[in-house]
Amino acid sequence: MNLSLYVVNAFIVLDTDGHRVLAKYFSPKARTQLGEPDPNKGLQGLKEQRAFEKGLFAKTRKAGGDIILYDGHLAVYKHSLDLIFYMLGGPLENELMLHSALIAFMDAIHLLLRNQVEKRAVLENLDCVILCLDETIDDGVIVETDATTIASRVSRPRADTTEIVINEQTILNAYQTVKEKMQQRIGQF
Amino acid sequence: MAAFSKKEEEGLSSYYNNKTTIIQEARVFNESPISPRKCRALLTRIVYLLYIGESFGTQEATTLFFGTTKLFQHKDSALRQMVYLSIKELAVSAEDVIMVTSSIMKDMQPNSEVIYRPNAIRALCRIIDPSMVQGVERFFKAAIVDRTPSISSAALVSSYHLFPFAKDVAKRWVNEAQEAVNAKSSSGLFSSSTAGSYLGFGSSTSTNSGYQPMPSTSYIAQYHALGLLYLIRRQDRMAVTKMIQQLGGGKSGSGTALKNPMALSMLIRYAAKVVEEDPNVQKQMLDLLEIWLRHKSDMVNFEAARAICEMKNVPSAQLTKAIAVLQLFLSSPKPTLRFAATRCLASLALTQPASVATCNVDLENLISDSNRSVATYAITTLLKTGNEASVDRLMKQITGFMSEISDEFKVIIVDAIRSLCLKFPTKHVSMLGFLSGVLRDEGGYDFKRAVVEAIFDMIKYIGESKEQALSHLCEFIEDCEFTKLSVRILYLLGIEGPKAPQPSKYIRFIYNRVVLENATVRAAAVASLAKFGIIDDTKLKKSIGVLLNRCLDDVDDEVRDRAALYLKVIEEPPLAETYVKDDSVFSLSALESKLVAYVRDADAASQPFDVSSVPKVSREQAAQEVARKSLLFFISPSLYGHLGPSSLDTIGAPVTRTTTPAPPPQTTEVTQSSFVQQLAQVPELASYGALINSSKPSQLTENETEYQVSCVKHIFRGHIVFQFNVSNTMPDTILEQVSVIMQPPVDSGLTEDFIIPVPVLSSASSPGIVYVSFTRESPDEYATASFPCLLKFISKEVDPATGEPEVEGYEDEYQLEEVELAAGGDYIIPSYSNFSSEWDRLRTGASITETFTLSSMESIKAACDSIVEILNMEPLGGSQNAAPGTTVHTLQLSGLLTGGGGKILARCRMTFSKGEGVTLEVGVRGEKQEACHLVIAAIGG
Repeated sequence: MNLSLYVVNAFIVLDTDGHRVLAKYFSPKARTQLGEPDPNKGLQGLKEQRAFEKGLFAKTRKAGGDIILYDGHLAVYKHSLDLIFYMLGGPLENELMLHSALIAFMDAIHLLLRNQVEKRAVLENLDCVILCLDETIDDGVIVETDATTIASRVSRPRADTTEIVINEQTILNAYQTVKEKMQQRIGQF
Repeated sequence: MAAFSKKEEEGLSSYYNNKTTIIQEARVFNESPISPRKCRALLTRIVYLLYIGESFGTQEATTLFFGTTKLFQHKDSALRQMVYLSIKELAVSAEDVIMVTSSIMKDMQPNSEVIYRPNAIRALCRIIDPSMVQGVERFFKAAIVDRTPSISSAALVSSYHLFPFAKDVAKRWVNEAQEAVNAKSSSGLFSSSTAGSYLGFGSSTSTNSGYQPMPSTSYIAQYHALGLLYLIRRQDRMAVTKMIQQLGGGKSGSGTALKNPMALSMLIRYAAKVVEEDPNVQKQMLDLLEIWLRHKSDMVNFEAARAICEMKNVPSAQLTKAIAVLQLFLSSPKPTLRFAATRCLASLALTQPASVATCNVDLENLISDSNRSVATYAITTLLKTGNEASVDRLMKQITGFMSEISDEFKVIIVDAIRSLCLKFPTKHVSMLGFLSGVLRDEGGYDFKRAVVEAIFDMIKYIGESKEQALSHLCEFIEDCEFTKLSVRILYLLGIEGPKAPQPSKYIRFIYNRVVLENATVRAAAVASLAKFGIIDDTKLKKSIGVLLNRCLDDVDDEVRDRAALYLKVIEEPPLAETYVKDDSVFSLSALESKLVAYVRDADAASQPFDVSSVPKVSREQAAQEVARKSLLFFISPSLYGHLGPSSLDTIGAPVTRTTTPAPPPQTTEVTQSSFVQQLAQVPELASYGALINSSKPSQLTENETEYQVSCVKHIFRGHIVFQFNVSNTMPDTILEQVSVIMQPPVDSGLTEDFIIPVPVLSSASSPGIVYVSFTRESPDEYATASFPCLLKFISKEVDPATGEPEVEGYEDEYQLEEVELAAGGDYIIPSYSNFSSEWDRLRTGASITETFTLSSMESIKAACDSIVEILNMEPLGGSQNAAPGTTVHTLQLSGLLTGGGGKILARCRMTFSKGEGVTLEVGVRGEKQEACHLVIAAIGG
């Protein structure tokens, strides 16, 4: 029975060939300090992690399973176009708790990537994806399960103010935007 | 397309993966003015590098870490948020990270309404030194009770990470954590920052007010606060119990302040833990758990149900309710819920199969679940809870999806079915049908082996299924790609085929292998064919002869040799008995100990190893020995218990079965070899040569006496050594010069050599061993006699004060029971053989027939038992079990005369009549005349 808040042991994203797109294994120092065993024992090295991910992928490549107990890790996963997102927990973890964390992350990432959750979009918006993960899980502790809150807490990069060039084109763009918005507003009445 | 995507991936990964490039590009942090977009992109790449498995050295990490700290100058929140993530990730490997504390502290100030304030709080715990925690205590206390949930959560999570390193300080935040747990509502928290612009794009003009988070509806801070509270109080069970009661919300559960389902789940775990440590609170905790079974969140329901299922000694009413909740989950559309429920039920079924049985119908629907783990849990549960009536339906459903699953799962299911077969033997038809069906499916070696072994088990244990099962196996080898399996099946056909009512139908299948297969299978097929050649059927014999003749032209020499051997042997029935039918094997344990003794004894090397002195056991006995050891491992103990002795008895029923009474042969052999070691340590006995036989210990005193003596007889070629194990049971007396005086009868043919006494024997040093050695005057004769024995010793009392024995003792004697040196046990050991053929073979050998009247015997059965006991020979073919009330019976016995005496067979024909007792005619045949005399003398005596 896991009496601590350390619920998530790893977060992994694999592509359809089983290659790692992103992986974060949580081995919180505080947990070992409390005398609990490291949940990712035997998964410290990159080689071991790769082997583990390969085996996990082989078991979960087909969509529709959602959950599996693999090699002593409870893994909930979600397919999204050409990616698979995994959330790993201890073997005795409450399946629904782990699942709620994954769902929160997935929903948030869908909001952030405007429902285009695929490999290309993830790589192009890596900053948002890793911040989103950080807002969902902090070193194994679930920070938030409300997807809209998570998504709203991820800041988006803005163009550098120094680089904004005001010329005919940008002014025209601004004018177009204003016009569209106004038309929408007026249309509402 | 594929080539394109590969190139694209390589391009991306080489762009992101290049550590050197990134470290070089880190100078962008020092540019002025700072470009937030460029810096954020580079920070992203640093973090991403770590997330794909790259690692930085300490130096590299430190350089990058302090590079990022320059970015604290810039106010861009999008950049600062990423800076904090980079700090968190780099702090693990960088040095001197504590330097940035003050910068982070600045962002933690309550007056800064920035989006990255929670990020700052969560980063702080990674860089702060435990000794400095006291300095930030004020900030933490304020942040924990902050009305913004994300700040409160961040502070609680940060404190949670810090707690193990700064227990004393963090403990003081208990009131704040308590307040966070009880936070009634999270509404109205964002009143200040909701003044968004009318057109929706105005906010980007101000760098600092981009913070417009959606209000959280999850109450997640309660979960973090509860976690911290438990961490603080976990050593104090009373405090935890009180906390559970406070937060549990009373009788109805409505009074609880906890709204977050994860927080409630944690509370349930704490409750389960408390009950585990203190069963007295079980009642009140169960009441709370029952309320949570009805909570609106599935997560809480499941956590409570699982806690009840895992608790010890739960009243059945509560258990039923928990199972009902899990049962509801079984039909949920969400795989996760079904997984959780089946997993929980599967483990509960181990201990409470009857309670879980109520879910059987729902579980059966899950057999075809798209999540294979759910299906497997469902099946394993059903196999534990299922009853006989549901087996057929279960089989049908499993058949439906066998083709869709991987071999690994198939093996699990076949193994489960295998045990189910043995549980419900009457259902063998449908199970055999299933097994033969899956045997035809595609599959790897492990899967096929599991199926074949399951069918082997059915042949072995379920008599009625035998014929059907054999024909399925015949079909299988027609198209079997696994040599190992073909060979095993051919062997089995050779054993079982000739006993079948129609042996001829198997021959075609076997001969087909000779024509079509590789050399290994062909050789096995030839051996199998030969077994059919000894059936008493001239037509069949002729056909086998023809078939074997054809094999003489085989390209492989092993196949040719086997065919030639069997052709010759089949012509001569006595040889055929030994080489083809031979259903006895050497007792392996006996063979081992004899061989060990032979190898150790340097003198013995001049003579060949005498294999005839090794007792034999029948194949059934050997198989039982193996099964006895393995059955307990392979089939679960409970199932083994279910089989019971009756079903084991039916296994051997069709064939000759010999039951050895309680002590299995192995144990006596083990003691035998330990005797060899023990005797080798006595120098006086070193010259006696190899030990031929050791008897079982016989008790010479009553159990309760002051001195306890047992005797083991060791037979050597020229000597007999009596080993007396003497125990002194009186703690206040010691015995000195303990010896045993034996008086051999005058004409026993034995002369006493010496006695090795025990000098001092106290109760602590008991038992001591006295050896008495006799020389056999003529080693070829088997001297039998009974020896009156006397225990002689000097008894001295021990002074209880000093512990010293008195100086002068007194001589004393103690009368022991007589030691018998008899045929059975000392000279004759049981050995299995084929009675009818051996009896015929020994027709020309030594033979004696004599008649006895055993007037004291009350039945044939009693006579059988005592003859077996006296002669210590192996009864054959179940002939020791005379039917009760029978008046005519024949007992067949087989044994070995130790020391190269060869085989002995005894046929005891008995008649019984009331009043006169049993009349016994014993016919003995052996290889030596002395052996026959010995047997007759043993019965006569």
